[in-house]
Amino acid sequence: MDPVDIGLWGVPLAILGGAIRVSTPFIFVSLGECLTERSGRINLGLEGTLVFGAMSGYAMAYETGSPFIGVLAAAVAGMLFGLFHGWICKFEGVNDIAVGIAMMLFGMGLAFFLGKPYIQPVAPDLPAIGFGWWSDIPQVRAALQVNVLFIAGGILALVMAWMFRSTRVGLVVRVVGDSTDAARAIGLNPDVVRLLATGAGGALAGVGGAYLSLYYPGSWSEGISSGQGLMAVALVIFARWNPINCFWAALLFGGAGALGPALQSVGVSEGYYLFFAAPYVLTLGLLILTSSPDRAMQGAPLALSLTK
Amino acid sequence: MRLMLGAEAVVIPLGALLAGFAAFSLFLLVLGKSPVEFFALVWKAGFSSAFSWQNTLSRSAPLVLAALCVALPARLGLVVIGGEGAIVLGGLAAGVTGLAVGGLPGVLGMGLMAAAGMVLGGLWIGAVGALRIKRGVNETISSLLMAYIAIALFNHFVEGLFRDPGSLNKPSTAPLAESLRVGDMPFISAHWGVVAGALACILCWILLEKTTLGFAARIAGDNIRAAQVQGLPVGPLVIGFTALGGAFAGLAGFFEVSAVHGSANGSLIAGYGYTGILVAFLARHNPLAIFPVAILLGGFEASSGLIQRRMDLPDATILVFQGMVFIIILLSEALYGRFAIFTPAYWERR
Repeated sequence: MDPVDIGLWGVPLAILGGAIRVSTPFIFVSLGECLTERSGRINLGLEGTLVFGAMSGYAMAYETGSPFIGVLAAAVAGMLFGLFHGWICKFEGVNDIAVGIAMMLFGMGLAFFLGKPYIQPVAPDLPAIGFGWWSDIPQVRAALQVNVLFIAGGILALVMAWMFRSTRVGLVVRVVGDSTDAARAIGLNPDVVRLLATGAGGALAGVGGAYLSLYYPGSWSEGISSGQGLMAVALVIFARWNPINCFWAALLFGGAGALGPALQSVGVSEGYYLFFAAPYVLTLGLLILTSSPDRAMQGAPLALSLTK
Repeated sequence: MRLMLGAEAVVIPLGALLAGFAAFSLFLLVLGKSPVEFFALVWKAGFSSAFSWQNTLSRSAPLVLAALCVALPARLGLVVIGGEGAIVLGGLAAGVTGLAVGGLPGVLGMGLMAAAGMVLGGLWIGAVGALRIKRGVNETISSLLMAYIAIALFNHFVEGLFRDPGSLNKPSTAPLAESLRVGDMPFISAHWGVVAGALACILCWILLEKTTLGFAARIAGDNIRAAQVQGLPVGPLVIGFTALGGAFAGLAGFFEVSAVHGSANGSLIAGYGYTGILVAFLARHNPLAIFPVAILLGGFEASSGLIQRRMDLPDATILVFQGMVFIIILLSEALYGRFAIFTPAYWERR
């Protein structure tokens, strides 16, 4: 089918399509970070986990021919990184933010080191589901090509919100995140809970990385991540540690990122590079508006070093 | 006894460094490569000759200044991780100023360029401090977001308004006049940014340890409420310290543009801001320790090329090596106060 001229309608459509495409890794990384931070720990190393997940997912998908085995491998690799981070941060006097940066360098280094042979080969892509079958307009169909991982991310956000609200596991994570002492008093081991929460968070970040290399942009290279892992920390704060807000924040962030390319597609190329800043300006602006010098951040886990 | 108490701060990091080397040796052995050859090459390329020292020192200069952008706010209990933005914008300001002051004598022109870089860098990170004080916005997050915004602004100007039409493949500002290029120091041919970095470290140490401002900052860093009750000017302290840190990062941008690249271009976005965070944490935010730590890291990075060629290892090898060493050094923080031999009680009993 040839593209139909749909005029300026192309802009919101391209933003919607871009938001769905670009936001998926943000959804997974921010949900992972959300879980970790709710347990009272911050993992700034998710950028390295994401890149390593992208590499290991791509490599395993290429070796086995199945993109889903790739996603699984990325989750396992991410979990190992998360567990390692969680184990290190257990020790008193170790700064979790600095360890995060070191883990970021280590993860990226290891991914580039081991991923060198996989830059050329082509691995199978993850499948997408076309939700645009009702339309004859190819742009609509293209915009509504929704990847299975995006749908999984949406479901996961709902599940995680339910978990925090009404399950025992969620309660345990919340107690540990709010007070180390209270958790100890009721017989919980905060170190173990945080270790597991950091491991699970890492696994989700690994899946986010696999999406990058197995769907969009869909190949493994050293420049695959543009800071998605680092931004997760900002998105979680922006989302006030609420999984469902994480989903919307990621979608908003993805949509803002798609603004520049969408405008360019209808011939507006003025300030093309400035539009790269759009998601960051939007996040910062909303943070400034919703913060207040008088009260602590709403919804923040009390044991989180970031909010002290 | 005092000697032994001080020794803890030297013995633990050195031991951790050796443990990091051992862990990386294991990694190399698993891959079937020789650790002996690796460390010999790091020594050769980073520290063995005048030429290698020149390379190492030049690479360490921006790391020193970027680390100060972390260490100064850290004294107030703030974790600023967006120094990269101040480096990039400082470099842009310096490069653009350089085009306007070409007619002035070199030293004056360079002074104005450095000032432009420092002012813009200072405003950029100072804004992070102001947002924290005035609006309660978390400084870690805002500085990170602003680093990405800074890079977008940088690309916008270098690709647009200030682009030299002659720079085809790599968009750059117009090349600086020869008189505005910071030259090499006598005897060791590394650029003057090394001296500037060393001086900045000493100045910061004096500020933090020997002045009432530094003392007030430490109290505010320990307990912000207590500092406010005491009537300390917490707001101006936060904004001042973040702005000063940003100014040093902007100065790093000036030296990269004037001494290394010759114009503002994409090479400025090299991640010095992020490596600087590690330098600051490894130095435990002590300005005097920042300098040697930065030299160590600069030496590691200087050896990357030689290791790639001689040992047939990918260029990411140094990244893996750095990551391992850093993690283990940070892990060693848990050991402080654990060894009886370094505590006063051990020596009083004797």
